[in-house]
Amino acid sequence: MNDIGIQPAALAPADFKSAIKPIWCPGCGDYSVLSSITKALAMIGRPPHEVAIVSGIGCSSRIPAYTSCYGFHGVHGRALAAATGLKLARPDLTVLVTGGDGDGYSIGGNHFLHACRRNVDMTYIVMDNHVYGMTKGQPSPTTEPDWDSKLAPGGTKIRVFHPLVVALAAGANFVARAFSGDPNGTAALIAQAIRHPGFSFVEVLSPCVTFRPEQRDWKTQVHASPVEETDDPVRAARRVMTDDGFNIGVLYAGNRAPYSPERRTPPAAVAELEAEFRV
Amino acid sequence: MGDDTDAARAGSAPRGVSIALAGSGGSGVMTAGTLLLSAAAKAGSYGLMVRTSGPQIRGGEAAALVRLADRPVDTLGDAFDLLLAIDWGNVNRFADEIPLAAGSVIIGDLDEGEPPEVYAGTGARFVALPMKKMAKGIAGSWVNMIALGLAGALAGLPQSALEDAVRADWKRGETALAANLAALAAGYAAAGGISPPLALPQVPRGAKARDRWLISGNEAAGFGAIRGGVRFVAAYPITPATEMLEWMAPALARVGGTLLQAEDELASINMIIGGAYGGVPSLTATAGPGLALMAEGIGLAVASETPVVVVDVMRGGPSTGIPAKSEQSDLSFAVSGLHGDAPRLVLAPTSIADCATTTQWAVHLAEALQAPAIVLSDQFLGQSRAIIDPPADPGLVAKRLVAEANTPGYRRYRNTESGISPMAIPGTPGVTYTADGLEHTEAAVPSSAARDHRLQLDKRERKLLAYDYGERWADIEGEGDAAVITFGSTTAAVREAVARARAQGHGIRLIAMRLLAPAQPERLTAALQGVRRVIVVEQNHGAQFYRYLRGHFELPGRPASYHRPGPLPLRPGELHQALVEWTNDRRATA
Amino acid sequence: MSIDVPQTLEAFMAQALAMEHEAMQRYAELADVMETHNNREVAELFRKMSAIENRHAAQIMAEMGWKEPPPASAPAWEGFEAAETIAPDDVHYLMRPWHALQLALRAEERAERFFGRLAQAATVDSVRKAALELQQEEREHVELVRAWLAKVPQPEPDWAVDPDPPRYDE
Repeated sequence: MNDIGIQPAALAPADFKSAIKPIWCPGCGDYSVLSSITKALAMIGRPPHEVAIVSGIGCSSRIPAYTSCYGFHGVHGRALAAATGLKLARPDLTVLVTGGDGDGYSIGGNHFLHACRRNVDMTYIVMDNHVYGMTKGQPSPTTEPDWDSKLAPGGTKIRVFHPLVVALAAGANFVARAFSGDPNGTAALIAQAIRHPGFSFVEVLSPCVTFRPEQRDWKTQVHASPVEETDDPVRAARRVMTDDGFNIGVLYAGNRAPYSPERRTPPAAVAELEAEFRV
Repeated sequence: MGDDTDAARAGSAPRGVSIALAGSGGSGVMTAGTLLLSAAAKAGSYGLMVRTSGPQIRGGEAAALVRLADRPVDTLGDAFDLLLAIDWGNVNRFADEIPLAAGSVIIGDLDEGEPPEVYAGTGARFVALPMKKMAKGIAGSWVNMIALGLAGALAGLPQSALEDAVRADWKRGETALAANLAALAAGYAAAGGISPPLALPQVPRGAKARDRWLISGNEAAGFGAIRGGVRFVAAYPITPATEMLEWMAPALARVGGTLLQAEDELASINMIIGGAYGGVPSLTATAGPGLALMAEGIGLAVASETPVVVVDVMRGGPSTGIPAKSEQSDLSFAVSGLHGDAPRLVLAPTSIADCATTTQWAVHLAEALQAPAIVLSDQFLGQSRAIIDPPADPGLVAKRLVAEANTPGYRRYRNTESGISPMAIPGTPGVTYTADGLEHTEAAVPSSAARDHRLQLDKRERKLLAYDYGERWADIEGEGDAAVITFGSTTAAVREAVARARAQGHGIRLIAMRLLAPAQPERLTAALQGVRRVIVVEQNHGAQFYRYLRGHFELPGRPASYHRPGPLPLRPGELHQALVEWTNDRRATA
Repeated sequence: MSIDVPQTLEAFMAQALAMEHEAMQRYAELADVMETHNNREVAELFRKMSAIENRHAAQIMAEMGWKEPPPASAPAWEGFEAAETIAPDDVHYLMRPWHALQLALRAEERAERFFGRLAQAATVDSVRKAALELQQEEREHVELVRAWLAKVPQPEPDWAVDPDPPRYDE
């Protein structure tokens, strides 16, 4: 803001893109999700330098460098931990976390549980393509049990991980699913998630054209959720138990207060701590 | 203890008394030991209390090992003057830790049985006192108060000092206080009734009252961290580091910071990296198993050039090891346990008071060098409590080189002469970047190019090697053509051993190294001017420090090693004997 | 298919302009993607398409006398996105110009259907008239793309075969 009170120009999605060209395969759903994120951030209206995007390892974890925001590209599975530390140290920032289903639900599973439970104000966007693109096509926790692969010939035979169920049960304050093929709808959902206080979780179905080309069918399978969003976790729990994995929309937008540690203001001087030790 | 007596003390051994209080099943010896130390502090003495206990969560056997002295002490002596046992339940477990000599005294309660052979056989004089009966005779009192009064009286502490200590810490209401003060008095009086009278060495009394502190190494480390600027801690509880976190949680909140208990150590290290990335000096504390889990995260801090401090309160290893006992066996892991070429800072405080100063220094260094710093404390320093002179503020605080807003052409990992490049703090316009564990260009773009990898590796190494660490890197004391090199908690025992050897005419230099990594070979060479032989002293099985020194430094002659694993601390007597044997040309290694 | 009909000429043209902008942007993005993946031919083709859409947009601005595009969004049609926008998941790193033109052709055909439907449903004369005009223009675009298609070679049957397996190094 300058002295004469002129509002800065509204931000456009292009303001949130960096000059770095993504290395994702042409056709990858993550291109659309990146676009949705930039659209959502433009809607939110904070400048890029007040937004931080934290990620782990995987295709979708490349996103921070493709934006003009502050980014942290950490190690596999630990993005939520790094983001938690960042947000607690800097509650003034808008913090987004991006990653894939392997990074988030496998090695990151424990941190996912506790991030939902802790309910620190941040937005976690998982681009789920039901595969580990990273290491050339292994099953991930959300891969169908009968999907054939080298490491699990004939399929894993293991029940899939249900991220929305787990997020809701663990205490996430906002739970939604989106589809990369609907970039405007996804942008609106992400903006809503960012605005919603506490831990907001958006699972985005984002097909992998290289390792799961059959996922091009997803665009015919996704559908708007037949139910309205609710702030009642019990109702949400009943609904999610019949989720077919392709419901698009907000499942739950709750009212839990975000985690906010007590901080004394104004802070005491360090010298005050010495009194405790004096003989 | 005025400054005028410091010079007189310098050449002599610490004077004072060592008392062990033992008991089990809720007899309260830990509390009694703490109060004894506190009372001695009020009376002007210095001292140290080490705790030891069985594995039970409640009701287990325990002993408080207290040494009171005329100067700050960070090691126990060679034997205890008094072992006061409220009962004998499994107390023979502590025999190795409570060495007695012929001149020692054992006070025990015959209603609880005879003293075990392992103590009775030392030749110490045994005095029987019905302490439990005495306590029962005063309604509402605890037997540890009898013991406290007894021990305090025998050590020459004024009853008022003991009463003040009890009152200061009392949390249980007036009636109970009165009963226990009565028990204290009864124990105190009983000392006078022992016949023939015991002539225990007395607690040295201070000539000048001073503003001393009673503090544990864990608390000191936490305090030093906060004084250095740490305002965010994320950590997972683990023995023997947990008390540091327990102290820091409310302390941080008071000074405007925050502590979060994480779900595991993997979360802890990544959380503090996130906090530090956001511009806030951050720290975690753990022990060996937790440090091992954090290795990948520490590497991320190296590669992304994010400052963090990891305090490792070392304990018996490997693996789960001996959680409640001390050892110096994480050194190898700390200096080289990361994948890739990953230079990092490793420091080790030499005493309980130094836990504050060195942790503060570590915060300063980590922030200045945008690198992780591992502080090797240990269970002995961390969980022992000492009376110390308040540690002077070294004036070292977190001061990071940050990027200015809208710096044109800003490159986060720009190669500079010092190797340190300005870091953009989130919220600063015009200099946004993505930090990365992937190798990167100067502009922070991921890169697999040879030139970039070489440049960044050189940069990250150079920033640590080119830095001037000043005189704090080691304590160098005394002259001679022989030198002892050690680090960490063994320093105090080595110092006493060297003093004894010097008193016998052996000229030995002591070098206690505080900055372990990056190695400072030129400085050590300068410190070893005139020295023709060295012996390396450490508390681990694999002679880790000895091997590290031989690998990275120049040592004269045929370097010798005295090393022993935990759980027992190295004592001045055994070290003195080893030093004398070694200087007399007999190889002394363990 | 249901449709939301604008009630004024301005609103309608603003929408049409938004459609052109979105298509132009999408072609430009895909040109970047193709260039990063070393498919120069298709990258150039997408850049040409982007330039063409840009010209259409400029035409609309000129006709309406607009200096800045008025706020409007391109409505979804036969899918999640606007009629003239090609879906980002319809591309392939080895695609040939023929494939790219097929995508463009379908986009123009969708746009033609869209404006035709709008014209049917319009309740305001000026809007109907404009919709019909745009529909006619889209028909011309369809012909242009068909002509262009005839000039490019058909892809070989093994156009998508890559002897190297996918790789990802992290």
